[in-house]
Amino acid sequence: MRNVRDHAPVLFELLDVSLARGDRRVLDSVSAEIPVGATAIVGPSGAGKSTLLRLLNRLAEPDAGTISYHGKPLAGLDPLALRREVSLVPQLPALLEGTVESNLAYAAGLAGEEVEAERCLGLAGLDPDFAGRDVAKLSVGEQQRAMLARALAQKPEVLLLDEPTSALDHAARDAIEATLAELRRELEISTVLVSHDPEQARRLSEWVVRLEQGRAVACGPLESVLA
Amino acid sequence: MSTSIHVTTLQVVGSLALVAIAAGVSFWRQADLERDIGIAAVRAFIQLTAIGYVIKLIFESDSLLFVFGLLAVMVLFGALTARGRAKKVPDAFWPLLIGLAVAGGTTLGLVVALGIFEPTPRYLVPVGGMVIGNAMTASAVALNRLGDEVSDSRARIEATLALGATAREASAPIVRRALRSGMITLVDSTKTTGLIFFPGTMVGMLLAGANPTDAVRLQLILLYTLLGSVAIAGLIATTLAYRNFFTPAQQLRELDAG
Repeated sequence: MRNVRDHAPVLFELLDVSLARGDRRVLDSVSAEIPVGATAIVGPSGAGKSTLLRLLNRLAEPDAGTISYHGKPLAGLDPLALRREVSLVPQLPALLEGTVESNLAYAAGLAGEEVEAERCLGLAGLDPDFAGRDVAKLSVGEQQRAMLARALAQKPEVLLLDEPTSALDHAARDAIEATLAELRRELEISTVLVSHDPEQARRLSEWVVRLEQGRAVACGPLESVLA
Repeated sequence: MSTSIHVTTLQVVGSLALVAIAAGVSFWRQADLERDIGIAAVRAFIQLTAIGYVIKLIFESDSLLFVFGLLAVMVLFGALTARGRAKKVPDAFWPLLIGLAVAGGTTLGLVVALGIFEPTPRYLVPVGGMVIGNAMTASAVALNRLGDEVSDSRARIEATLALGATAREASAPIVRRALRSGMITLVDSTKTTGLIFFPGTMVGMLLAGANPTDAVRLQLILLYTLLGSVAIAGLIATTLAYRNFFTPAQQLRELDAG
């Protein structure tokens, strides 16, 4: 299980990570490595993918086991600083009331960055005139892009993406996927993508962790896990 | 300030005719409230009679110690009652208890320090009761709203935490709305007082034969006092209670309550 890729340093390392909700073991002794680059966490629904993702920026805490980020235990890192560096875009858009730009400014302010609305909107595939739009009047697909732009406003090192296209139709999904591929080319940013769709993982990642019923059943390069 | 009037038990019994009308309306229109109306009438009779004797004893003893004892019991029961309406808020009891105690203490302390009322049982007991009662209602409404808002907005709160916002920053809009909903009822009723309804103190004083000018002035003092106490209780209850939704690592707790 401890596959280490030759050419990329380890970003996250999970060792015997377990988490229970009531009687249900959501994650059961998961050990896996996630290298710098584009990783996908795949598996059927209910496999624990989203929970695993939330552990990576400490939105939740494991009951047992350790997770390290760049070799340092997550539990010892300041969660606020960590979250500004390891940004999570949730499955469903959840913007703050106001305009797209006020959301970008809020996120940038938290990270101590200047807001570069046009650049972030462009990276997320939105026209600059979206800045002044009220978020309540955007379509779900536009909101999802605004969420992506908001995360990018923090200039994160890692983007955690939880089923970013699950609420979208095919056309919007393809557009977001193209945007993500473009992002990887333009920025030195690592992505950890949760997807129930192995084809999407194939399109967007180089490394794959496969979860089933809370256990990591495979972890390695794309071509060996999703052969 | 006022003359005293005497009310006989027979007069009280006479007023039960109106309770009978209420029960009759419920029965006729199948509102299924007859039993509750009966229980409410009996409980009001027993509770008020009992508190009447307690207040009589306290007035006769003229001891501030008894006053503080009675107010402490009111604060305790107020917090317990309000907790029942804030079921979605984890450990709501302490924020409510502290909110009510501080609101009661500050308000009464201030009206005495400003020389508005003398520090005697005759003033402190009724004013304290009103202050704590209104503070209880307001903080119960505020925390009820807070619980609803947090469960409705979990996704947005967590998305904001995911940006590296603190629990306080992520819940600020919700805490603001909760506080507002706790205070708004009293603010609105204060706006319309005298136009749409006559507040109880004024009615009581007028019935007791007091000069209308005195009745109005006393009522104004009480309304202004209540505004302050409701704000203090709501502020403290919401400020302390929202933290209970989060872990020290600024994570939104998983809740099984509610």
